[in-house]
Amino acid sequence: MLNVYNILETIRMIQDECLDIRTITMGISLLDCIDTDIDRACEKVYGKIVSKAGNLVAVGQQIEKEYGIPIVNKRISVTPIAMLAAACPNENPVKFARTLQRAADTCGVNFIGGYSALVHKGFSPGDEALIRSIPEALDVTQNICSSVNIGSTKSGINMDAVKLMGQIVKETAERTADRDCIGAAKLVVFCNAVEDNPFMAGAFHGVGEPDCEIHVGVSGPGVVRSALSKYPDASINELADIIKKTAFKITRMGQLVGARASELLNVPFGIVDLSLAPTPAIGDSVAHILEEMGLEMCGTHGTTACLAMLNDAVKKGGVMASSTVGGLSGAFIPVSEDAGMIDAAVAGVLSLEKLEAMTAVCSVGLDMIVVPGEIAPETISAIIADEAAIGMVNTKTTAVRLIPAVGKKEGEMLEFGGLLGSGPVMPIKEKSAAKFINRGGRIPAPMHSLKN
Amino acid sequence: MRAVVTVIGKDNVGILHKVSGVCSDMGANVIEVTQSVLQDMFAMIMLVDITDMTEDFSQLADDMTKLGEKLGLSIHTMHEDVFNSMHNI
Repeated sequence: MLNVYNILETIRMIQDECLDIRTITMGISLLDCIDTDIDRACEKVYGKIVSKAGNLVAVGQQIEKEYGIPIVNKRISVTPIAMLAAACPNENPVKFARTLQRAADTCGVNFIGGYSALVHKGFSPGDEALIRSIPEALDVTQNICSSVNIGSTKSGINMDAVKLMGQIVKETAERTADRDCIGAAKLVVFCNAVEDNPFMAGAFHGVGEPDCEIHVGVSGPGVVRSALSKYPDASINELADIIKKTAFKITRMGQLVGARASELLNVPFGIVDLSLAPTPAIGDSVAHILEEMGLEMCGTHGTTACLAMLNDAVKKGGVMASSTVGGLSGAFIPVSEDAGMIDAAVAGVLSLEKLEAMTAVCSVGLDMIVVPGEIAPETISAIIADEAAIGMVNTKTTAVRLIPAVGKKEGEMLEFGGLLGSGPVMPIKEKSAAKFINRGGRIPAPMHSLKN
Repeated sequence: MRAVVTVIGKDNVGILHKVSGVCSDMGANVIEVTQSVLQDMFAMIMLVDITDMTEDFSQLADDMTKLGEKLGLSIHTMHEDVFNSMHNI
């Protein structure tokens, strides 16, 4: 039964509170495109992506009109390209990146994710070649995203990969220094990467997934903040209930859009990722939700507790609304993409250390953090190792997406514009961890009894 | 299949007539209208049967948006499923 209040509430959420479907992402397996001849493999990759996702953008636009809700991004995730690169060991994997870019242009999608390698226990030849090609691949393409999984709870942390990724992140930023180091914003280093993530830059299509499927990422920090603002005197458990109810509504929208997209594209429905993904737009900030709960500014004492409650309540409400929740699901805290986080970082209230603590209780990890351009590769590696350790021990996904701002020092701003926003260069510790990083080897998997 | 058309903005002569005109041009049947005018603010919610519509749903949504721009009103056209799925378990 339709109710006037509900109708107006939905319209307000979309019009005033930035509710949107952040992405519909088509996951496509490229395992059947593997070929020892790289040119033949690239043609197969292009052909398969275009045949599966040729209609994705048109269908997305049709659903936008039908349901009256913006679908901000239409994306594709593919099988980690390292698996295809392994079949042609003497070739430069960047050919695959160029092919993906060509497919992205033809399909009109915003991003293709999956220029990836999974090396949590060790490298195969394809993995190492692909990782070493990431700086060039992200330099010569615009819409391709890359990720590398360097650790997991079951296998520990591959410290050789951590060391290498420190160099790769820095080199990627340097190669794209003329474009605000944008390459590094499209590169994520994961621990416990998930196989069905629809969000960039970390999306790839895992080997356990079907041939082709549709995932949906919902958003709506503005809706949650606005709901909380109506109850200034509510207790914390009352706030948790409000968040659950709001997350339920947001997720239902994702479920509806995903089911419709799956029907129109004749592709199975994968998952709804019910993450609160902020944008730099005013009123679309996760930091502002935390401030609405009672913090003077995000990053101060109490932030971790507020975020833990928010993250848990979002999941509880969202799980009820969809039968197939997956992906990363929780609250994202990408610094440069969140108006409240940018303010808190500029004010010096939100530090790298606090962000690290926050990642122990929420989705993903150290995300979109601008660091000084002169940072040593070993220091980047050490930050990756710290973050991966949190993920490994707590059995959760963590990630690092740092942007070394070439030519910029602490306190200066790096401006990306658009959804990527802008961020101040954040201070890092001066003391070196180079000896630790240069040891190489592997951090053994943690034990899961005697938990204290 | 039904759609919900909401119209919010400054009151004016003939809003209902013009909005329902767009519906009838496309063979969409108006089933129910709830309307209120508070001071000079106009708010209307219209339930429309779109089963036998001659045009695509997206055409209806486009035409309503254009009408809204012309009249200086905010007009949203959304599928009924959105509200049913969002507000019911």
